[in-house]
This record gives sequence, C-alpha cells and structure tokens, in this order.
Amino acid sequence: MRSRLRATSIIMISALAAAACSGTDTETTSGPGKTACAPTQGKVELTFTSWIPEIQSVVDAWNAKNPNIQVKVQTGPAGNAGTYQNFSNQLKAGNAPDLGQVEYDTLPSFRVQDGLTDLGGCDIVMKAKDQFVDWTWNQVTFGEQGSAFGVPQDSGPMAMFYRKDLFEKNGIKVPTTWQEYADAAAKVKQAGGYITNFSQVDINQFAGMAWQAGAHWFANDGNAWSVTLTDPATTKVADYWQDLINRKLVSAVPPWTPEWNNAYNSDKAWTWVSAVWGANTIATGAPKTAGKWAVAPMPQWNAGETTAGNWGGSSTVVFKGSKHPYEAAQFALWLNTSDEALTLLNQKANLYPATKAGAQLPALKKGVAFYGDQPIYDVFAKASEQVKPDFVWGPTMTKTYTDASDGFKAAVSGKGTLGEALQSAQQSTIATLKSQSIPVKE
Amino acid sequence: MSVTVTRPARRAAGPRVDAGRPTAVRDSLPSRIAAMAVMAVATAYVLIPLWWLVVGASKDQSQLIDGNPLWFTDFQLFSNISDLLNYRDGVFLRWLLNSVAYTGGAALLGTLFAGMCGYALAVYRFPGREVLFNIVLGGVLVPATALALPLFLMFSQIHAANTFWSVFLPSIVNPFGVYLARVYASASVPADLLEAARIDGAGEVRTFFTVSIRLMTPALVTIFLFHFVAIWNNFLLPLIMLGDEKLFPVTLGLYTWNSQVDQNPELRGLVLIGALISILPMILVFLSLQRFWRAGLGTGSLK
Repeated sequence: MRSRLRATSIIMISALAAAACSGTDTETTSGPGKTACAPTQGKVELTFTSWIPEIQSVVDAWNAKNPNIQVKVQTGPAGNAGTYQNFSNQLKAGNAPDLGQVEYDTLPSFRVQDGLTDLGGCDIVMKAKDQFVDWTWNQVTFGEQGSAFGVPQDSGPMAMFYRKDLFEKNGIKVPTTWQEYADAAAKVKQAGGYITNFSQVDINQFAGMAWQAGAHWFANDGNAWSVTLTDPATTKVADYWQDLINRKLVSAVPPWTPEWNNAYNSDKAWTWVSAVWGANTIATGAPKTAGKWAVAPMPQWNAGETTAGNWGGSSTVVFKGSKHPYEAAQFALWLNTSDEALTLLNQKANLYPATKAGAQLPALKKGVAFYGDQPIYDVFAKASEQVKPDFVWGPTMTKTYTDASDGFKAAVSGKGTLGEALQSAQQSTIATLKSQSIPVKE
Repeated sequence: MSVTVTRPARRAAGPRVDAGRPTAVRDSLPSRIAAMAVMAVATAYVLIPLWWLVVGASKDQSQLIDGNPLWFTDFQLFSNISDLLNYRDGVFLRWLLNSVAYTGGAALLGTLFAGMCGYALAVYRFPGREVLFNIVLGGVLVPATALALPLFLMFSQIHAANTFWSVFLPSIVNPFGVYLARVYASASVPADLLEAARIDGAGEVRTFFTVSIRLMTPALVTIFLFHFVAIWNNFLLPLIMLGDEKLFPVTLGLYTWNSQVDQNPELRGLVLIGALISILPMILVFLSLQRFWRAGLGTGSLK
C-alpha cells in the first residue's frame, strides 16, 4: 500500500513538472494529464456533492432548464467534518461523484491524490477564465498554464467589522493601519472592552492576515513542495498578535461558540477582522447590536497600501473518473457564473461570488440594515480585487491547521508564542508530507 | 453452591433472597452523606447538559445567546418544533423515520439472528462448533468503526454504496449478541425440555419459536437493547456510506447541520431542537426495557 502511494505521488509530481515545462509551447494539445473534453450524445445524469444546505433548490433551477443534463445532489457534513474523507474513500472505490465542492485550501490535497480532472482541455472552461477574480483562478490552476482543476465558486475577501457607535462615543479613530489598530486596542481596553477576539482555534483567520501581509506558506516547483510557515511576513503577523496577547488587549474565547457570540452581543468585543460571510455571523450572533456595526477595509501594514486577505471560499471540481467532464464543466460554469445561480447561492447560502461580475449583483449593492444601512458589500468587492494572487495552500492543510492551533491555544494561555507554534507546525507539516511520500524540500 | 452455578439465570431474574445471611451493619451517617453527595454530583453532571438542551431548545435564537442558559426566557418550544419540521420540506422527520428503520429494524432482525445462532451453538453438538463460536467471539473484539471503510469498499464493488441496504445489512451483524444468547441458552433451556418437545413431535424450528424463545426472552431483550444502542451510536458507517440526504439517519443529519453552524448560524437553533427530539426514542426504549437490561447485564457478568 505504502509503496503504491509513493509511486502515485512520484507520478503526480512528474506530471506536475511536465505540465509546467510544456505550458508555454503546447497550449492546445491535450497532454496525458488532460482529459479529452467532448460533449456526450443523449441524456446525461451527473452527481454533485455539496454541503450547502439549500443547494438542492439551486440545482433544481438548472435541472428545469436542462432536461438532457440532470444533476443529482448528494450531501454530507462540511468538508473537513467528513465530506473530504468521503471523497478520498470514493476515489479509492472508484465511485466518486462527477462534481464536488472543495475549498481552496483542500484542492492541493486532492491534486496530490490525483483525484481531480484537469479541465484545461475544456475550451468552455478556459474561455471563462477572465470572468473570475484573478486570485481565485490561480487557486484552481496551481499556477499551471492551460490547466484548471476546478471552477472557482465563492470567495471570502476580508475587511474589518467594527462597532461604529462605540468607537465614536469613546473618540477612538477607526484604525486604517495595524499600528493604529494596536493603539486603538489599548484605548478600547481602557474603555472596558477588547478590540477583538483572537481566533485561537480557527487558524484560517490568521492565514488570511498572513496572506494580506504577503506570506507564502507553500510552494511547488514541479519537483517538490517547500514549506515556509515561518517566512518573514508570517513572522511579522505572529509577532504583532503575540504582542497584543502579551499586553492582554485581545480576548481569546473559542470561536463559533455561544460564549463568543455573547462577547459581540454584549459590547465586549469591538471589531472582527473577518471575511464577507462574517456579516451574517455577527448579525445572527449579536442581534442586540443591530444597526451599530460598520465595515471598513482591513488595516494595512503600511499607510496608504491597499491589500486584503482572504478567508475561505470554495471551488466546484470534476473528479477523476467522471464520464462526462464536458457536461460537468457546463454545470459548474453555470453554477458559478450565471446571474441566476449566483443570486440563488447568495440568497440561500450567503455565498460571495468569485466572479468579477458577481460583485454587481443587485443583492450585493444594497445597504444592510444591521450595518446601519451601509452598502457593506462594496467594501468587500474592493477587497476582493486587492487579495494577493499568489498564495498557495499545501496538500495536508487539515494536519497543519491542527498542529498550529494546538500551539496557538498554548500561546494564548501563556505557554510559548505564536511564532514557536508556527515553527513546530512547520516541522510537523514537513514530517506529515514525508510520511505520505510527498516530495518535500527541507 | 453447585445449584446456583447451573441456574444463574433464574437467580438473576428473580428477587434475591439471602435469608441465611444477616443484613450488614448500617453505614455511619457521615459516610452515607458522602455517598449521597457523590451521587448528587454525578447526577447533576449527567442531567445539567440535558436540562440545558431542554431549555435551549425552547428558546428563540437571539435569547439563546444572552439569556440565562439554564432557565426559560420565552417559551417557544412548539414554534421551534414546527420550524424544524418545516425546514426544507420536513427533511428532519424523514431522518427520524430512517433512524427508526435502521435502528429498530436492524436491531430486531439482528436479535433474532443472534438468538437463533447462539441457541444453535448452545443446544446442538456438531463438528466445528467451538471454532465457529471462537470466530464469533473474535468478532466482538473488532470495533464497528474499523469495519466501516472496508464495508464501504465492498459495497462500492457491488454498486450498492449509498443505498438503504448499505447501512441496514451491516447493522444486523451482532457477534456479542450471539455470545450472550449462547451463554443464556445453555443456562436456561434445559435439554430435557427439548427432548420432551421432540418426543411430542415438534420440529426443531417450531421448538425454537414456541418453547426456547420464551425461555430466552430476558436475554433477547438485553441483546436487543445492546444492539439498538450500538447501531444508534455507529455514526461512522452512515457517514461513510451515504451521500443521499434522504437516506440519512438523524444522527448524521444533525451532525451535517452542526458542521455548518459557523457559516449558517441560523442552523444552530435547529440543531438544538433536533437533538432534543432525537434522544426521545432512546429514552423511550430505555425506560420501557430497563428492567430486562439490568437482569441481562447480570447474566453476562456471571459467566
């Protein structure tokens, strides 16, 4: 079993290398990695696995209009809670669904398993490239020219939610840089609150902030992976938050708990640097504070810069073994680019589109009552364009998150630092890659 | 002494009469208070989360966050229940029915099979009997979770993954039940009685269903309970097997919702009320069958 695993990953990596080399001169020929993407005659039935609770109603809209391409929905728990493991099992058993929802940070894992169909051979997909925000497209191509291992679905550009009323009442300037944010944190503490809650368990928020600072956690040169969880940008972000933790200027309630909601609901936490979908989280979690919030761009590392991070987002992939990649690609494109589907996904599942045009949906232009009628999605639309396009996820993110969050929890309670936590996550990530026979540079 | 060893079942089932031995000296007051205190703490530890669930399920979403977590604020239990039952065309009700089908159905069938198998092992002598029994015993040691993935691969090969049967069929298997049934049958079904039945002209199957099964009832109820709980708790099998929401048992359905609470916070209330409703069948089964459960537990431990 182990030797077969190793063989597979070596083949994988050489395929990566081949694709990287041939990218410039052979745009049109379909190499061995690429799937021929021809339409099927007659009626086609596709299966699509997604954990979005209301996905069936979106798919119904497609099925009503496409009698020859009927999509059957399968569902399950959120990706990391079980569906990804199921995908892996199904790939092994040869009965993976035609299409699946995969978050950006897990795409490399399925790429390494050789579980994804390269849609680079589907001209309809390659023609759609320009419709997507650049960085989301990079997430599904892994930087390989002429390839696409999925279609971007949604994104989580980040901004700062803050309590407008409390900042005004206490005469604190709304921070535009991280330096100002730290200064404000001290004043907020004096006023009896915390500027924010540092997410000790969910590493993705930290990843988003590191992403904004220009961090690169992983890279793949076609031969091997390199892991740099402790690059200068990440270290800068870690030191910054460690300082706030040391000065007790941030609280550290476990996120996504009633306790955490309560901190926002009872004026104890004043800001949350979070993704666009967080708008709904606060509105549901802190109903007593309705109308008192506003959204501003993420604080910057240098005054005058305009950069943003991203937190979350997923793609629609076509799994290896799908007999109808062309039809699957057609559906994936409709799902993620058509106004009809994007509006439904936004309405029913609070997804923020990954397309450029998606930001112009009527629903995303309106003022939101919870935020004092501010048209908050304009802020996120700008942020979406400002997300750095070259952040790469690694193939074993679940493990990396666990390792880092163990260290983060310890750091928050005074044992060790965030920097040390990242260092140990770096070591264990390399060890994990090795144990799965994925080539890695040290 | 030898009498009690060959008839342990009757002793366990009936009231215990220890006429020969004097009652132990009454414990001193402080030690009784200490014992009661420990029991009280343990009771609170078990019941407070349940109480929280009852209270939480009766609340409006916003009251859940800032109200007193252990007392009612606005009693909305019934509107919450109707919200739950109406959410996405009553998918929750479907899950509940599925759970009853998987758990109740498979436990009933499994109990019958385990009872028959254990009975056969106890009553008949045939070559390979002990080998067979030992293999079954070995099966007790393999946790159900370890079997989920191989089962998935096997069902995939016959294109039966993601079907009702892919969860139902594996759930019928119950090696511990076979063990329990054998132990009980060898103690409670006298060979003379079977001999008498044979002389009267009853076939083996008929003897089993009319005579032996009645003698084994306490054990069968225990097996049923054990099995019911085991299937209910075997969460991994449906998680791995099923992708079609219409086939989910209620545990998997609730887990699915709960895994999405961070991005769909409105699901939190539904998970709470759903959890409350989903434990009702369990409580019902236990309350009605706990007498047998205790008796059966004793039986297992004696052998």
